[in-house]
Amino acid sequence: MDPQPEPVSYICGDCGQDNTLKPGDVIQCRECGYRILYKKRTRRSNFPFFLS
Amino acid sequence: MVSEAENSREQKTPKIPVWDLPDVPKGELPQHIQLQRTRVHCTFDAPTHTENVQYSGAYAAMGVDNSLRLGEFRKNFKVEVIKLTEDDMEFDMIGIDAAIANAFRRILIAELPTMAIEKVFVANNTSVVQDEVLAHRLGLVPLQVDPRHFNYISENDEPTEKNTIVFKLHVRCERGSPRIKVKSGDLQWLPNGSGFVRSTEKSNPDSTSKTKTYTSFSSSQDSLPEFVDKPIAPKHDDIVLSKLGPGQEIELEAHAVKGMGKTHAKWSPVATAWYRMLPEIVLLQDIEGEKAEELVKKCPVKVFDIEDFGKGQKRATVARPRSCTLCRECIRGDDWETLVAVRRVKDHFIFTIESTGALPPEVLFTEAVKILEDKCERVISELS
Repeated sequence: MDPQPEPVSYICGDCGQDNTLKPGDVIQCRECGYRILYKKRTRRSNFPFFLS
Repeated sequence: MVSEAENSREQKTPKIPVWDLPDVPKGELPQHIQLQRTRVHCTFDAPTHTENVQYSGAYAAMGVDNSLRLGEFRKNFKVEVIKLTEDDMEFDMIGIDAAIANAFRRILIAELPTMAIEKVFVANNTSVVQDEVLAHRLGLVPLQVDPRHFNYISENDEPTEKNTIVFKLHVRCERGSPRIKVKSGDLQWLPNGSGFVRSTEKSNPDSTSKTKTYTSFSSSQDSLPEFVDKPIAPKHDDIVLSKLGPGQEIELEAHAVKGMGKTHAKWSPVATAWYRMLPEIVLLQDIEGEKAEELVKKCPVKVFDIEDFGKGQKRATVARPRSCTLCRECIRGDDWETLVAVRRVKDHFIFTIESTGALPPEVLFTEAVKILEDKCERVISELS
């Protein structure tokens, strides 16, 4: 078990606000109260077919 | 009347009874056969005599040689440019077979290379347009760049400054601001190649080697003489790619490569390339008075005009045959077909080229001619 669960940032489906959620938090936008949040795209690029 | 009929016989289809045909070959075709050979006859129900007679001995019985000779072709072939603007061109090609005119058209559409966006690396896209739809839209954006400065890239090639053009698109709609349009003008040319770092399997922060990106440019493209004063950009900067709501963002890199229209229409250098045969409209009889007025009214593109010749006498004339669209309204109903003949000249092509902007239309056509030449040479070398 991770000692510190890393907070993950989500984007509100309505207003676009970034929301940081920890496990157990209510899934709701802090700004507008919208209940659909989207996960952010990962920045890690991984294209094994390019590697020589 | 008789003499007038005699004068205009050249143009009209004479109805010659078969027993009046000359017995001895005169070295020329009888008029009605000559008309069938050189014109498409557009009758009220369907066009007739649409075929081209290729066989050299087709008219041997009449003492006429139908073979195509290079000298004859050289003497008769003509090109007349009617209209030429930056992107559009209309010209007449006279004295050429339909097969060759069509070959030029097909080469223009499918075999002339241009540059178009082929690979899109999406770093972030929170817009409502999905990645693949956005990538497809980006591919269709015409780029103003001469493809002759670039090489084709094959599957195993490294993208270099000789085969790839890199564009960056990074747009963000701030929260609280109104919706914005992402336009092709937002595409920013990166002459030094990709700016996205490619992570290796185990990225080593201590490694001294240069960071690897998705391209390996050895020099900057904007230092090349052909692009110094002409930076590479989309032809139009007002093509809407997507719309962003507040808080949405697009960050991507688009790699354009050289390709041909037969692979995907985005590489086609022409928006349209088409031809039509020259319309020929002949009044078989004098059409006068009210009948003339009726004829002028019948034509929706105003091919006919009225000629006044004193004492309020009116006669119909063919004023603008080029604008005929072959709607055949003028030969509809009653006995109009005996009065008006609508025909097409088989070897006279009105060719229209509309460029998408990579190259001017006149250059596109000369390039098409070169490609056809290459193809012919290949056939010759195969045969010899």
